[in-house]
Amino acid sequence: MPVIEVRDLVKNYNGIAAVRGVSFSVEEGETFGFLGPNGAGKTTTINILCTLLSPTSGAARVNGYDCMTEPGRVRSSIGLVFQEVTLDNELTAYENLKFHCYLYNMTKTLTEKRIEEILDIVGLWERRNDFVKNFSGGMKRRLEIARGLLHRPRVLFLDEPTLGLDPQTRSRVWQFIGGLKKKEGNTVFMTTHYMDEAEVCDRIAFIDNGNIIACDTPGNLKNSLRGDTVYLKTDDDERAMEELSKKFALDAKRLSGAGLALVVESAEKVIPRILDGLTVGVKEVNLKKPSLDDVFLHLTGREIRDEDRENRK
Amino acid sequence: MPYRAIYVIVLRDFKRFFRQRGRLVTTVARPLLWLFIVGMGLTKVIDVKAHGSYLQFMLPGVIGMTVLFSSIFSTISVVWDREFGFLREMLVSPVSRLTIVAGKLLAGTSLSLFQGAALLFVAPFIGLSMSITDMAVMVFLIALVSFSLTAFGLFIAARLTSLEGFNVIMNFIVLPMFFLSGALYPVENLPPVLRHLTLVNPLSYGVDSFKHIMLSRQTGALRAEFPLSLDIIIIGIFALVMTLLSSRAFERR
Repeated sequence: MPVIEVRDLVKNYNGIAAVRGVSFSVEEGETFGFLGPNGAGKTTTINILCTLLSPTSGAARVNGYDCMTEPGRVRSSIGLVFQEVTLDNELTAYENLKFHCYLYNMTKTLTEKRIEEILDIVGLWERRNDFVKNFSGGMKRRLEIARGLLHRPRVLFLDEPTLGLDPQTRSRVWQFIGGLKKKEGNTVFMTTHYMDEAEVCDRIAFIDNGNIIACDTPGNLKNSLRGDTVYLKTDDDERAMEELSKKFALDAKRLSGAGLALVVESAEKVIPRILDGLTVGVKEVNLKKPSLDDVFLHLTGREIRDEDRENRK
Repeated sequence: MPYRAIYVIVLRDFKRFFRQRGRLVTTVARPLLWLFIVGMGLTKVIDVKAHGSYLQFMLPGVIGMTVLFSSIFSTISVVWDREFGFLREMLVSPVSRLTIVAGKLLAGTSLSLFQGAALLFVAPFIGLSMSITDMAVMVFLIALVSFSLTAFGLFIAARLTSLEGFNVIMNFIVLPMFFLSGALYPVENLPPVLRHLTLVNPLSYGVDSFKHIMLSRQTGALRAEFPLSLDIIIIGIFALVMTLLSSRAFERR
């Protein structure tokens, strides 16, 4: 039986559709990624699965419980790490965790045991009596993930768990999540718009505009492109595009900023021919074996989000 | 009963209260400022010698004010929690919305009760003598008023999405509620419009019930104005309605 089962899920906000009929299922022990640009409906879906929102129509089950009629049971069987920080800054790390344990009705002895265990794993035991407001972004994230795991949930939901963190901290958070998964064997459902992070998933669903446009393993998704991507920078992109389509029957896509991208079966053979045949001056050629970014570009004709790339540089 | 969840919600609000120095100082200073600066000043202007002391008249009102401010301020934590995301940590846990409301109500009520009741110790210094029984009844009444106002604050806070909104509430609901409660002057001789406003103000009945106990020997214009039983019934109904409304306000959308 799948751990998460979603059928024809629809959510409208005041008549505007945020999620338009999404269906998928996640198996026990799987790491499942929801990928898409901001505003695609990732957080809305996660909020419905975590019973924070009621869907307009459709069905969702988590751990065999119905998200609409059995919210209490769903909530006690899941852990959730939100996009934004949801710790109490005025409490210490220990107090934040204790608050969580008591909300989940754990006994005092169990609370103390689990907190010690988990703080040890995330390397914050020494800082347990410090106020959270004095923590760095990375420490807060680690503490939140630790908190989400205190009650040993069967499914861990991670909504953009590395949003706003620097690249170093990001990779440490992922190492940490990977290690935990090995140890505890939970099912992980995550959303992200960082393509490289999605590579750790067993399966990925691309979501755009409230629809799932593809759902498969990262390997299969990349293979589905059947080819390499060639990036060109030319003196006149407009003319180059025309020539490519007329002379070579190649369908190039314009990139935001400058440059063209085209998918070809074998870049090694095509590049010399293009360079020979174009009358436009070529300033730069780049060749890339397919990545998830390219899959998204191929499926939607857009890059996942331009400003995020800027931010990351 | 999910007593562990309620306990930890109350514990958190207490910890936050005692850790915020500014809030603690304000709590102690505000009623004393009103009593001894505003009160002393007005005592010299208003000639109420025939009817007793104005300062004594003000004490029940200042207790009402303290309870009002404290109850509304303690529910601001909900708005705060929403703004900083902590509310979601509670909403996504298995505890029911009702439990969260119960915890918040208990925390707000006890903090208000503690602040309001502390002012009873001022009574002997301004010539009001109170018996042990009077004290006990006062504690009960303060608790009741605290509870109803905390429920009221929670109802408002559940609907507010930003802290700016709270300032509006403060200026357009809380301050008028204080001024029009009979805390500073008797409501009997007010112009009709203001008088009607005081009649729909639940705090008027709270303050009036305090006057019944604390100013029982007072005569003339400064005595209590409604029957005590009416006071208690109205506060009770208000508390009940607000509790229901505030727990409904936390339902998911």
